[in-house]
Order: sequence, then structure tokens, then C-alpha cells
Amino acid sequence: MHIPDGFINAGTSLGAAAAAATGLGVAVRKTSAYLEDRQVPLAGLVAAYVFAVQMLNFPVVGGTSGHLLGGVLAAVLVGPWAGAICVAVVLLVQALFADGGITALGLNVLNMAIVGCFGGYLMFALFRRILPRTTGGVTLSAGVAAGLSVVAAAAAFTIEYAIGGAGGAPIGTVAAAVVGVHTLIGVGEALITGATVGMVLKVRPDLVYGAHGLLDAPLLRRQLQTEGAGS
Amino acid sequence: MKSNQKMFVLGGLLVAIALALFVSPFASGNPDGLNKVAIDQGFDDTAEEHALEDGPLAGYGIRGIDNERMSKGLSGLIGVLVTFGVLVTFGVGLLLFGALRAARARRANSAGG
Repeated sequence: MHIPDGFINAGTSLGAAAAAATGLGVAVRKTSAYLEDRQVPLAGLVAAYVFAVQMLNFPVVGGTSGHLLGGVLAAVLVGPWAGAICVAVVLLVQALFADGGITALGLNVLNMAIVGCFGGYLMFALFRRILPRTTGGVTLSAGVAAGLSVVAAAAAFTIEYAIGGAGGAPIGTVAAAVVGVHTLIGVGEALITGATVGMVLKVRPDLVYGAHGLLDAPLLRRQLQTEGAGS
Repeated sequence: MKSNQKMFVLGGLLVAIALALFVSPFASGNPDGLNKVAIDQGFDDTAEEHALEDGPLAGYGIRGIDNERMSKGLSGLIGVLVTFGVLVTFGVGLLLFGALRAARARRANSAGG
């Protein structure tokens, strides 16, 4: 899902960078409103884990592979605002590894951090309302939202390619292919996200931002109150 | 509680390090979904060379280490540690900034009355 430089023209990349920067600005402001000392290492861990698991490409059909994007995972664990910062930092560090373009960084942050965390968390919140208020319900919500967030990221790429894509491939074909293969990759995203969230819920449910309301977690309650007061 | 969380972060980091170090060398080497579509649709050649293509860590390896699996695993270890470091540095910066702002607001309040 990492767009290299050249796929999308400069104007579109610049527009995406502006949108991504705006989104990250909101994320930083919201995060700083409720951040507490003890959450910092936790967010560091989430980013480090997403970096590690993004390296684990799993095979999907026909000589194609996919890997975790991690937007919903990060958002459910530390909240959508801090989560978006985590994924953006992962994408930034990956530049050292020549993964994902430099001028395409805005596109990638938009697709994976902003659409992935904000959009993904919205879907997660929706599923949480529908599904039972249990750890199983939270895990399932996280998994399904994670899978759909990959499809959403693929759709975002399709729009970007339609606006400023290079190489002149027919947009309908590109859309079908990109969304199709990312639906399969989304299954992997759902499984990894569900497994990880389920595991953390078992060990330290109080550390899962998206599990608020399931148990009496003072930190979460405080966080949510501050957030409500701030906006 | 506090030390319990420390253990959690430490344990989680060890899991991340183990995945990057020992599992990533065995990950699929096939092109990912987006790259495969680009190849199939014939726009993969529009990709430009990455500015850090010749960097010491390009392509998830460490230049100079010939053993491919070791090279990839160790590059993953560096990535995990750098990611953790960057985020914690940023987070501590945010905390300091927040504390500074709160202190300034308190001073302004007490000055005003």
C-alpha cells in the first residue's frame, strides 16, 4: 500500500500532503489535550509493533503479498488521534528503508494514517454500538473495521490515481484490481488486528482505548472527559 | 500498576523485536497489492527511484551484511527501535510543551488577579 514517488503527480501529492498535515495537526492538538506521562511509552510500543508487523508480508493470491497497515489497530489501542501520529511516524521511519516515496509521503499518511485511523475508528465505534459490550464484541469490531479500513485506503488510492495517476492505466480497471486485492489483504488485517487487540484485552484491558465503557478504567474515563470538555 | 505497565511495554517491545528480527526474514517477498496492480496495469515503471535508494538501510537490509536474512532481521530491529525512539521523543516533547503552556497560563492568571 506504500505509494512510491512517481505514481501520482506532484499537484495531487501536494494536495494530499496538505490534507494529511491538517489531519495530523488536529491529531497532535487532540493528543496533547489529554496526554499523560504513562501513555507515551505505550504509544511508542504501538508504533514499534506496527513497524515490525508491517514487515511481515503474507501471501495472497497470484504472486501478490500484503501486510498490516495498522491504522485501526493503533486507533483502538491508543485512540484515533495518538494512533494517527503512531502510523505517521512509522511511515516517516520507513523512508530510511526507501519504502514509500518522499513526495508520496503525504499520500501515504493520508491513506494509512488519516483514513486508516480516523475512518477506521469511526467504523469501529459504529460496530461497537451494534455488537455486544464484551471483550469479544470489541475484538470483533476492531477486526472488521480493520479489514474495511484497508479497502478504504485502497479506495483512497484509486481516487488519487484518478486525479493525478501516471502511466494512463484505465481507472475502472485499476479501481477493480486495487480494491479487489486489498479486500483479500483486509482479511489478513482483520485477523492480525483482532488477534492483537484480543491479546491486549486479555492482559491489560485498561490499556485499550477502544474498550472504554467495558470496565471501570479511571484513566480512560479521565481521557474521555478531557476530550469532551476540549471540543 | 506503574511497574506492571512498564513490564507490559517491555514485553510488547520484545514481541515487536522478535517479529522484526526473526520472523520478517521469512516474510513473503512477492510484490504487495499495490505494486502488483501497478505491474499488471503497466504503470509500475512510472515509479521513480527513492531518494534514499542507496541509503544504508534501503529495502530493509543493512548494507555490508551479506547474509540476507540476518541483514533484513537486523534492519527490522533498527526500525523498531528508531520508531519507538522517535515516538517517545515526540510524546515527551508534547508533554513538556503542554506543561510549559499550563505554567504560562497559571502565571498569566496569577498576574491578572
